[in-house]
Amino acid sequence: MAPLLSMHGINKRFAGIPALRAAELTVEKGEVHALIGQNGAGKSTLIKILTGYYAKDSGEIVFDGRPVAFTSPQEAQAAGISTIYQEINLVPYRSVTENICLGREKRRFGLLDWRSMHAEARALLARFDIDIDVHRPLMAYPTAVQQMVAIARAIGFDAKLVIMDEPTSSLDEREVDVLFGVIRQLKSAGVSVIFVSHKLDELYAVCDRVTIMRDGRTVQVAAMAELSRLDLVTTMLGRELTQVLQEGHKADDDAEAGEPVLKVRNLAVGRKVRDVSFEVHAGEIVGLAGLLGAGRTESVRAVFGADRPDAGTIRLSGAAGAISQPADAIRAGMGFCSEDRKLEGIIPDMSVRENMMLALMPQLAKRGIVDETRSREIVDQFIRRLGIRCSGPEQRIRELSGGNQQKVLLARWLCMNPRLLILDEPTRGIDVGAKAEILNLVRELAGQGLGVLMISSELEEVVEAASRIFVLRDGRTVAELEGDAVNEQTVMAAMAHGHEETREAVHG
Amino acid sequence: MAETATTLPPAPAREASRFDVKAFLTRYGAWIALALLILVNLAITPNFATWQTLNVNLTQVCAIVIVGVGMTLVIATGGIDLSVGALMAIAGALAPLIFLGKLFPLPHPAIGIALAFVLPVLVTGFLGWCNGWLITHLRIQPIIATLVLFIAGRGIAQVFTNGNLQVFNLPEFQFIGLGRVFGIPFQAVLMVIIVAVAAWMLKRTVFGRQVLAIGGNERAARLAGIPVATVKQRVYLISGLLSGIAGLIVIARNSAADANLVGLGMELDAIAAVAVGGTLLTGGRATVVGTLVGALIIQLVRYTLLANGVPDAAALVAKAAIIVLAVWLQRQGQR
Repeated sequence: MAPLLSMHGINKRFAGIPALRAAELTVEKGEVHALIGQNGAGKSTLIKILTGYYAKDSGEIVFDGRPVAFTSPQEAQAAGISTIYQEINLVPYRSVTENICLGREKRRFGLLDWRSMHAEARALLARFDIDIDVHRPLMAYPTAVQQMVAIARAIGFDAKLVIMDEPTSSLDEREVDVLFGVIRQLKSAGVSVIFVSHKLDELYAVCDRVTIMRDGRTVQVAAMAELSRLDLVTTMLGRELTQVLQEGHKADDDAEAGEPVLKVRNLAVGRKVRDVSFEVHAGEIVGLAGLLGAGRTESVRAVFGADRPDAGTIRLSGAAGAISQPADAIRAGMGFCSEDRKLEGIIPDMSVRENMMLALMPQLAKRGIVDETRSREIVDQFIRRLGIRCSGPEQRIRELSGGNQQKVLLARWLCMNPRLLILDEPTRGIDVGAKAEILNLVRELAGQGLGVLMISSELEEVVEAASRIFVLRDGRTVAELEGDAVNEQTVMAAMAHGHEETREAVHG
Repeated sequence: MAETATTLPPAPAREASRFDVKAFLTRYGAWIALALLILVNLAITPNFATWQTLNVNLTQVCAIVIVGVGMTLVIATGGIDLSVGALMAIAGALAPLIFLGKLFPLPHPAIGIALAFVLPVLVTGFLGWCNGWLITHLRIQPIIATLVLFIAGRGIAQVFTNGNLQVFNLPEFQFIGLGRVFGIPFQAVLMVIIVAVAAWMLKRTVFGRQVLAIGGNERAARLAGIPVATVKQRVYLISGLLSGIAGLIVIARNSAADANLVGLGMELDAIAAVAVGGTLLTGGRATVVGTLVGALIIQLVRYTLLANGVPDAAALVAKAAIIVLAVWLQRQGQR
């Protein structure tokens, strides 16, 4: 039997940079197909080409036996490809029927034909085994039912292929069960599903086959049941298992004697962080590893007081009171470089000097007046020490390269003499040379007694820098790796399965 | 420009080679426009170079500039304050009630006059702080939060006065609007002092730099430990205080307080002056002296047209055109 969808040799460049290189995707009739890959692997681009959002540069798409090239999502929808996005928008005050028929109301003699619309809504819901009164407002029903209605509306009668792009990221466990029920019903009705998710448990629970993408290429297609979790993670991250296992290269292992600088226990924040524990000692680089959406960034933001935790304890040695906002964390000796330099780091219109002095400025001031002389001395010193390439301290930071901007932001914290520095993706979007410089700097600082907590999506980087790694999975700490146990293989294994025994050790 | 609150870097080397007309116009456009206007007037307007002309134009522009300084600070944080006109009306309604002894008995007239200066300004300052509180604690957008007082403020002022026009003749109080120091209107002196202090504050104090940091990137400012809520509340408090002062000047000048008219449309005049002066309406880049220049340009264009027999209605069109031009130039400068 011919597959329902076959995308072959798809190429796509954005401004000359290849996003897809001969990508492949084949989906059989009535199968649930997982599409996975890291950020930037090309899965979103591939899906957007399929749904007509982007035009491909080359390659061919055959859908339902015909070669197609959709030019708009509407066209794709008409051909039987429905897409369900992460957020589902409905009108809670209006009836179930109105919500289902929104935008495709039936008319008779210029008036709304309510009778046939109700009938259509009932028929559609019956297809998904939902038995509710279509006349009542949507808000009269529990969230899970509303979700079902939304999905039913999106899929309609004619869908042959349903694309779900991280559909579970904003759902709780019960709602996820409901969604899986829908997926199974679709499958039994012969509808195919492309399921994009980073949560391994979900992939194994509901998918038949998987396509793994990396750097714009399709690197593996396999039946879910025949692919181990470890193989899946390894393939996705593109690491060779044989090359790991290096000799012990870690700095002073005895640094961790004494009380930790930071001790986090059973932290819970929103939906993404459920039970996270870790600690950082003075003079130690600790890595937080995990797949996308495992809750790394959310955890450290809560530690820094940028987001409010729901449960758990965060103890910073020597901190006076609770940390409820970044200013408290800074006073307690913490610094935090956010993963998004542009959005949360630099103040683009201000100078290198002012960006660097932003946190220190109030302490340096006399009676509220900025001490320009002192601040210039400090800035000059850090520009030299970190090798920041700029035309001078008064140059606008937006004119600097990413690596130099990051150094300025590092200096923003270093000039405050912190005891703990949190680095979220410190090398993202930075060229190779600057990357090495920044990592060396971090190591040097740790050697001088600074505690560093580091998140990086580049496993290689974390493994090389950190002497201890906590692995998060689905918002939980699943492993603590230390000393010789820190290598890419063990980290990936923990990302894939988790180690119940190591987890016990963390909590003990 | 001598005073631009964000630090202006030396132009990067690649731009130094060729003269960048757009960048030059963005940076100095307001000053050039002001200079041109003065030159044109010297040429065509009779009796332009007189003390009287200067004083007329200064008194016309004082209230706008004083309110505009507060507005500049608010806009520098990325906000907006629509309540300034209504706050002027409140201060304008309260002051006569106090010095005429209608609110409470006065032991001595001098005390009444002193309180008439202090209390209304404190009240409008407090109301401005309330704006800031709505914005920071209830997370209401500035345009909506300040719309509350924009709508209700004038009503409150009318309730104070039962909707009556309050007429008075009290030279000690009216000094703020009519008095002269060495022949210069006192209100102009006050305006220059306020502009100078605000410009210095924006450039040299921690508070001023934090105002610009918040407007430049609020999330980054918060993560750098800047007390965003406190700074914003203070900015709206200052805007309220200055609106109160402007309200007192206007009623002193008119010898009458009409809650219906004091400060009417002031929010838009102030925003226009800020925009024409070169402050970025999205926040992060602000110049208080620019606001003064902006207000002078708008006033001078109007004066030029009126003095040369063009009706006021046409002058309004010219004002709109200037604002559009200024904002367009700003966008060009951003690239």
